[in-house]
Amino acid sequence: MAKKVRGDHFSPWEYLLFAAIAGAVFCVSVCLGSVNIALQDTLSVLGSALQALLRGEPPPSGLSASIILSIRLPRVLCVAITGAALSLAGGAMQGLLKNPLADGSTLGVSSGAALGAVTSIVFGIRFPGLPFAGTMVMAVLFAFLSLMLILTLAFQLDHALSTNTIILVGVIFSMFVSSLMSILITFAADHIQSITFWTMGSLQGKSYQDVAVVAVALLVFGGAILCLARELNAFAMGEDNARNIGVNVRQVRLTVLIAVSGLIGVCVSIGGTIGFVGLVTPHMVRLIVGPNHRRLLPASLFGGAVFLMLADLVARTLLSPAELPIGVVTSLVGAVVFVLIFYRSRKGA
Amino acid sequence: MLEVQNLTVRYGEHTVVDHLSFPAEEGQWLMIVGPNGAGKSTALKAITQGTAYEGTVSFRGQDVRRMKPAKLARCIGVLLQHNPVAYAFTVEEVVEMGRYAHTSGFLAGKATGDRTAVEDALQRTGMAEHRHQSVLTLSGGELQRTFLAQVFAQDPQLLLLDEPTNHLDLVYQKQIFSLIAEWLKQPGRAVVSVVHDLSLAKAYGDRVLLLDNGKLAAFGTPEEVLSPEHLNPVYQMDVAAWMREMLSQWT
Repeated sequence: MAKKVRGDHFSPWEYLLFAAIAGAVFCVSVCLGSVNIALQDTLSVLGSALQALLRGEPPPSGLSASIILSIRLPRVLCVAITGAALSLAGGAMQGLLKNPLADGSTLGVSSGAALGAVTSIVFGIRFPGLPFAGTMVMAVLFAFLSLMLILTLAFQLDHALSTNTIILVGVIFSMFVSSLMSILITFAADHIQSITFWTMGSLQGKSYQDVAVVAVALLVFGGAILCLARELNAFAMGEDNARNIGVNVRQVRLTVLIAVSGLIGVCVSIGGTIGFVGLVTPHMVRLIVGPNHRRLLPASLFGGAVFLMLADLVARTLLSPAELPIGVVTSLVGAVVFVLIFYRSRKGA
Repeated sequence: MLEVQNLTVRYGEHTVVDHLSFPAEEGQWLMIVGPNGAGKSTALKAITQGTAYEGTVSFRGQDVRRMKPAKLARCIGVLLQHNPVAYAFTVEEVVEMGRYAHTSGFLAGKATGDRTAVEDALQRTGMAEHRHQSVLTLSGGELQRTFLAQVFAQDPQLLLLDEPTNHLDLVYQKQIFSLIAEWLKQPGRAVVSVVHDLSLAKAYGDRVLLLDNGKLAAFGTPEEVLSPEHLNPVYQMDVAAWMREMLSQWT
């Protein structure tokens, strides 16, 4: 019989190990691209840039420094934080719904967020006081509304929110969103490029401002999710069980749904629909650290960052100098993992 | 300890529990019996705030609707009939979740009191040797003992059981009921249990509540309630004759 001896929390050594792996992949991602830069030169540029930043001096100049600091660094940082955020959102949803197949893409929440972003562009929707954040606010709002609609529909069909129901409703909702997108394309041909971007997902040409936005979202919404690790453990054993051991199920459910919508909405508004990150990473990480959310959620942060950095690296280098949309790479991997999980869960049932 | 007054649960037009009133006294095991669809499990679910209801449910004089979930969990523990599991938590992790209502914060759950309660619950249910085993690999009986250990670790004053041994074989039935009877011997405790098996109700119950179509048909000692005059109209058969016929197979 399999015996599993695991700590309740992540030990400092485990944090160090996961951070070291993420750091190594980060360095490789910054080094490689259409122009490869030696690791030593990359580290030297990064070190000099950090020193210059601390001293308040201008950043180092030169071709390598320019490529690294202006193009690669903001992009890889954005990719890493987006991966961490999407992975955390997926892990939280899988715990909340007690369903290992729940994710922004399988539920259709990412599509909903993309619809919000595209709607704001096509109709030029702006919010008073937030002139630059119309797309983001609409993406977050639509993500939340989509999540509420999908879960309400799924609950009406099946109170147990079983895997089959979740997938069925997710597929139907995604098709519905897809048809709305087609209508928008028909009536707003000028915006076809933006719409295509949001449906395929890409983190090309991201700036430090984008990095800051995703980082703040991760800090706020991700922090809220990390604080609810014990409650998500209880939900992962079933909502009735969570209620019976004293969890305020309504409050926790609403908080997690808002936090997940916030994370997915902000990520979609920055990088479009990058599918399956929240499905693949928590699943892989769970095999290593177990299902306890006190360990799973921190590990998913690192795992998501690593997974998306590797996917981005493949997207940038596979057909270099041409580039694949990152969402295509994650969806290719995600579809295989999805089938594996579904097959295993059916076999188990 | 528990006072239920005019409890009514409706699902749309259909009234599942109809103005049900009963008390559950300290030191006693109250058995709720009745045919399928009588509203037994629904009444229990309402008491644990799992479904909307009319009427009042009070615990030691306090309306449970006004109690915070954690406080309610320190007063009332629940063992369900089915506990389907989706993830490979260890037995120890599941039992530790029972301490949720006693601790708070991200780093909670590791106080000496928590460790003692979890260890005691694991030992008492015989699950200590399985502590590092995944719950996905347990048999039905072991899984139910794991959740019983969780509710023991929760350390409530009142235990609500919803047909806890319905899908278990005789060995596990005996184990679970004996463990609960032992738990009840401690001061300040009570048990309310939904059961199908009238023999179990007779053997372990101090009080029996008979439900018929959501309404109270009889309430009293097992001798008073489990009598032909109450049982036969509700079950629409000669219950005692059937029981005797079944028992005669063993002589």
